[in-house]
Amino acid sequence: MRLRRRLADLAMTGLCALAVGVALVPLASLLWLVVSRGLPGLTPAFLLGRPAPVGDPGGGVGNGIVGTFLMVGLASLLAVPIGVGAGIFLAEEGDGPLGRAIRFVAEVLACVPSIVLGIVAYAVVVIPMGHFSAIAGAVAMALLMVPPLARATEEFVRLVPGTLREASLALGVPAWRTSLRVVVRTALGGITTAMLLAVARAAGETAPLLFTSLNNQYWNLRPDLPTASLTVQIFNFAISPYESWHAQAWSGALALLLLVGVLNLLARFAARDRLGGGSR
Amino acid sequence: MAASLARLPTAAPSPRRSRRAGDRLWSVGLVAAGGAILLVAGLVILVLGRAAAPAFHALGVGRFLAGQDWDPVSGAFGALPFIYGTLVTSAVAILVALPVAVGLSLFLAEMGPPRLRPPVAFAIETLASIPSVIYGLWGLFVLVPWVRTTVEPLLGRLLGWLPLFTGPRIGLGYLSAGLILAVMILPTIAAVTQEVLRSIPPALKEGALALGATRWEMIRIAVLPTARAGILGATLLGLGRALGETMAVTMVIGNAPEIHASLFAAGYSLPAVIANEFAEATSPLHLSALAALALVLLGVTLVLNSAARVLVLLTSRRLGEAS
Repeated sequence: MRLRRRLADLAMTGLCALAVGVALVPLASLLWLVVSRGLPGLTPAFLLGRPAPVGDPGGGVGNGIVGTFLMVGLASLLAVPIGVGAGIFLAEEGDGPLGRAIRFVAEVLACVPSIVLGIVAYAVVVIPMGHFSAIAGAVAMALLMVPPLARATEEFVRLVPGTLREASLALGVPAWRTSLRVVVRTALGGITTAMLLAVARAAGETAPLLFTSLNNQYWNLRPDLPTASLTVQIFNFAISPYESWHAQAWSGALALLLLVGVLNLLARFAARDRLGGGSR
Repeated sequence: MAASLARLPTAAPSPRRSRRAGDRLWSVGLVAAGGAILLVAGLVILVLGRAAAPAFHALGVGRFLAGQDWDPVSGAFGALPFIYGTLVTSAVAILVALPVAVGLSLFLAEMGPPRLRPPVAFAIETLASIPSVIYGLWGLFVLVPWVRTTVEPLLGRLLGWLPLFTGPRIGLGYLSAGLILAVMILPTIAAVTQEVLRSIPPALKEGALALGATRWEMIRIAVLPTARAGILGATLLGLGRALGETMAVTMVIGNAPEIHASLFAAGYSLPAVIANEFAEATSPLHLSALAALALVLLGVTLVLNSAARVLVLLTSRRLGEAS
């Protein structure tokens, strides 16, 4: 009897350990393949070039990388003031009914599939403009960045000790300057983390871009024109029937993975080195 | 902290009125930013509702939702193949991901050496941060061939008497889409489950151990029943992610607007059809029908996520009272 219970304990422990292994296999496989298949093609010409027709040697994702940066930048301009502002509001004055409502809506909004937000951007930007554009892609990205940004900012601002704020107020500093220059500045590391995570998520997004920024074979810096993005290029390369484009898809994936990875690492780093980062 | 104190702004001898104005301006700005979130939510619902209305009008809500044919050229718009594909792939994903996520969480929280926690947690977080188009690429060139040559023959041999595992083995289809979704929602379920496990009062576990329970018995008696609602909430959150996942599914599900009992068959999902057809839809009715599909998707995810949140909240509140 005792042995049976022992064995059951052992078996379940083994199964749970197995679950850890099972969870890690896809990650290992994915990382290994992206690196091993993507690395040979990841040349400067690939990163700086633009797509070549099938059969032509060379071709790259340079215009897609530029497009991704352009749209992420525009999206940040839209999303950061709203997201961070809303986060500060939730942390500082968010205990009333309005705050509770906003917090709930932000959480629900964070779960809305990105493709649905893409349709909203399409209706709000593409239809009035009459054509696809980088700004439409940026609006879709911004819609997706705001909710997590607000929630994360709130959490980091809430970590700032109340004594710090009281000290500032006691010195006669007006409330708004206390908020801005004491509370927000103290939480700045955390807010930076929140922004970097939102940017990383937006940079890796594909679905809403398919019908907002569409794609572009050429270099483009104008926000009112259709724009290539790294993710859409990877998608198009991957579903094409050509072997050489598949190779480019893996190289593009490696470039994207590096970009997102660096942003995530920076995010960790930003949170660590200031007050408010200790919570992780 | 000393540094930030040293940088304290010196209190300028500002007259009272400008101080009040500053406070008010700051406060108005913050409220505006917060209100913008409410505005965005309203906009999402309004815009989708208006875009979807023509399709519902022209086709009828019931006929649209229950229609089995999707042929934009001839004007047939039935949502059922996509709803079915979304539900089936999500179900496969949950069936595969839930046991793994719970096992992993139990091992990390209760069984394994604490040393193991940070690296595994880091790996799971990495899994969560990989863009979905990269999952799709990996799915298309690694998972699909593996499913075609290994998983499907194996399932066909062992369980071929079930209609679920019959038909031609092409790799692209519900099964591959479900498996890739399983990988993608694993981090979500695991993260929330671990949070729930951590909130269980130690006294409960110590009680079981003091009665002579082995570690597994302690988990079975004290941990799992207490965490059940929370784990259900975690599952619903994962489900919410699975339903809305677009790129990876689009790349491996086969994109055939059909309904098949077999998991081996090619199907379609709500987000996938929107991704594939929206940019190229020309007739207003086609666009509107796609928007209506998005509205269905939005409705389902909103209900699911609200339910999940309530469940997780109830669990932690109940545990908070118990401890």
